[in-house]
Amino acid sequence: MFGNQLNISLYRYNPEEDKFPYMKKYKIDKPKKDIMVLDLLNLLKEEDQSISYRRSCREGVCGSDGMNINGKNGLACITPISSVIKKNKIELRPLPGLPVIRDLVVDMTEFYNQYEKIKPFLQNETTAPEQERLQSPEERDKLDGLYECILCACCSTSCPSFWWNPDKFVGPAALLQAYRFLADSRDLKTQERLESLSDPFSVYRCHGIMNCVNVCPKGLNPNKAIGEIKSMLHKNKKDIIVTDGV
Amino acid sequence: MNNIFTNNIKTIEFDSLIIGGGGSGMRASLELAKSGLNTAVVSKVFPTRSHTVSAQGGITCAIASADPNDDWRWHMYDTVKGADFIGDQDAIEYLCSEGPKAVFELEHMGLPFSRFENGRIYQRPFGGQSKDFGKGGQAARTCAAADRTGHALLHTLYQNNVKEGTNFLNEWFAVDLVKNSKDEVTGVIAFSIESGEVAYLKAQATVLATGGAGRIYASTTNALINTGDGLAMALRAGFPAQDMEMWQFHPTGIYGAGSLVTEGCRGEGGYLINKDGERFMERYAPNVKDLAGRDVVARSMVLEILEGRGCGENNDHIFLKLDHLGSEVLNSKLPGICELSRTFAHVDPVYEPIPVVPTCHYMMGGTPTNVSGQAFTRTNNEDHLINGLFSAGEAACVSVHGANRLGGNSLLDLVVFGRATGMHIQSELKSGGGVSSASKSDIDQSLERLNKLNESTNGFDTAEVKKELQECMQNYFGVFRRGDFMKKGLDQLSALKEKVYNLHLKDKSDAFNTSRVEAIELQNLFEVAESTAISAYQRTESRGAHARDDFPDRDDENWLCHTIYDPQNKIVSKREVNFKPEKVEAFPPIVRTY
Repeated sequence: MFGNQLNISLYRYNPEEDKFPYMKKYKIDKPKKDIMVLDLLNLLKEEDQSISYRRSCREGVCGSDGMNINGKNGLACITPISSVIKKNKIELRPLPGLPVIRDLVVDMTEFYNQYEKIKPFLQNETTAPEQERLQSPEERDKLDGLYECILCACCSTSCPSFWWNPDKFVGPAALLQAYRFLADSRDLKTQERLESLSDPFSVYRCHGIMNCVNVCPKGLNPNKAIGEIKSMLHKNKKDIIVTDGV
Repeated sequence: MNNIFTNNIKTIEFDSLIIGGGGSGMRASLELAKSGLNTAVVSKVFPTRSHTVSAQGGITCAIASADPNDDWRWHMYDTVKGADFIGDQDAIEYLCSEGPKAVFELEHMGLPFSRFENGRIYQRPFGGQSKDFGKGGQAARTCAAADRTGHALLHTLYQNNVKEGTNFLNEWFAVDLVKNSKDEVTGVIAFSIESGEVAYLKAQATVLATGGAGRIYASTTNALINTGDGLAMALRAGFPAQDMEMWQFHPTGIYGAGSLVTEGCRGEGGYLINKDGERFMERYAPNVKDLAGRDVVARSMVLEILEGRGCGENNDHIFLKLDHLGSEVLNSKLPGICELSRTFAHVDPVYEPIPVVPTCHYMMGGTPTNVSGQAFTRTNNEDHLINGLFSAGEAACVSVHGANRLGGNSLLDLVVFGRATGMHIQSELKSGGGVSSASKSDIDQSLERLNKLNESTNGFDTAEVKKELQECMQNYFGVFRRGDFMKKGLDQLSALKEKVYNLHLKDKSDAFNTSRVEAIELQNLFEVAESTAISAYQRTESRGAHARDDFPDRDDENWLCHTIYDPQNKIVSKREVNFKPEKVEAFPPIVRTY
């Protein structure tokens, strides 16, 4: 009966009006061509100005529009509706595990705090040469799969360990960046970086659940980076207390 | 958000205030934070969501890596010629000669540049690049981090600002400048998007680093947030804009989606073909073919389409052929393009060409500034510095891009002039410079627009009016322009003004109300569009990106000059181009061929 219509179930919450969040149903005519989930939201917003979500580049590089789409985290702007639609229905919720500010907009403070905690900047206190510091293509290749992170938080907010301990477990996104600097031939603070990660929570709350890998819209593999950090920590054993039973 | 007056908002004071958290803003803030000045970056998005993140191919700079004999003077020559001779040569000289320092600083900060075998920064060829002042063949001068250079640059700058302890007012939206009775800029009115709280952000120096406004067009490579907020604030405050008719249409936006496909694709050996499979750029630019200036390539593509040689069912686009480069080159040098193409064009460039069309990409015009980022206004045909106001990056017109920007020069512009602006403010404030205070009525005046919107009980719909505006600009002020069409466009814009300033904000709530933001952004787009339209109508010649069917030739006698748009009287005047570089002889205008 509604074959030509698309049912959208959208998480709504406005702290000034709603005591509790609720799912609001929308129906729109099925677009003639395949569109992205972000386009769908833009169409809804033209009808209902009060819908809030973040968006910027609309091409999958800025990381603004991470959300939970039919149960899986992803970027709305590069997720075609054809790839997620189930029985004519799309359900959109905010990224799980973080406080909701309004509708699909979450408070990312804890996520950013973890990022800042790993000192996400190159540390090299030697006097810089007049030109660039040299780095071989092989050394540079080690940063591939790491530096491309767009901080969309799809991974960390799909990670049960991060849900339990968002203040203590660094989480996949920030650990990927921790390894990006550990792997950089130009960075000289390897020892300090490892020491700051050696407590029972920062890295060792990762239990290899792999949700991060499954959802990363850039195809990155935080789990692999975490594995690399763990083996660096093991080699660097002296201060390490392994509390992880695995 | 009820009626707001100066008495019931708080004032937050800084030494310097940067509006915009993209490349130029964060390069300026980094300089200021390091100097110990209390600096805040006001960004309507978390800084790494800024549009700099979308820059792909690289940052052009004579660091003499690909060619050890490379010379910044050759880069300067190319930039002057690319600009069709209305770029200011003192500024271009500064850009090209200071460039290497700024690029090496980025590397020292950690930017993960791609590398050559010898460990130096990888450089690729881009359009309009030459050796030996156009006589030595194609140069390879664009430093790259694969095809994600903007992403790498923006994240590196954010990371280093974190390191230096810059204050960030993230997801705060600046509404209007505050101007005192001496016409000095004393800060901005802004609100927190998250909470709706309005504040007067007071500063001794205010930097507009708000980027471009490609969203005035229906089809653009620009992010949804590129709405010219800073430039529009300056225009509303009565300050001029320069060279607003000069908009770059990038040859290769993905057909139907608008996403950018880097010029680096052609730099790596890709080329454009029409429906007959002909590499048509050989006809338009016999020497450098697909690596001619962007304006030249974009016009050639439109001509191919108009003459019936476009590709696809409707003959309305062109193909960018890359498959001959092989999967190894594509995956290592252009991985992001492969990803975008698969997502938005449903085409894998390893096997098939990408459908592309010229798409609005870059605003060469902006708030006029000197090389230190100081904004100025014009009276009696003279520049007068505006105390307290600065601008850098795409929002500014310094002017290094003149009538047409070369690929890879925008990222260089961001870091060189962001840095220069930061250095200037630092020395000015440390030597006792600054501005007087603003009165309560000055501040109240800057709250007017926000109050009017918040009080609206009826009026026009933001989404509808925005579409009308974008269609109008697309139809009448695109790649090719004509007086009579532009007149129609101007009439439409006058009619639109009434709607734009009488929008109905249905949702009045405070928390993360994006409809309020979008309404204000639309008003900003309008200011930029109007200045573009009036300037384009006035320039009766063809130069760089400004191509008029009714005036097809460059007219150096009358138009070897900047246009200055005066927003108070809506008139355009001329401003002389700088032909006085300090270290080299000026490059005189020559016929521009590729």
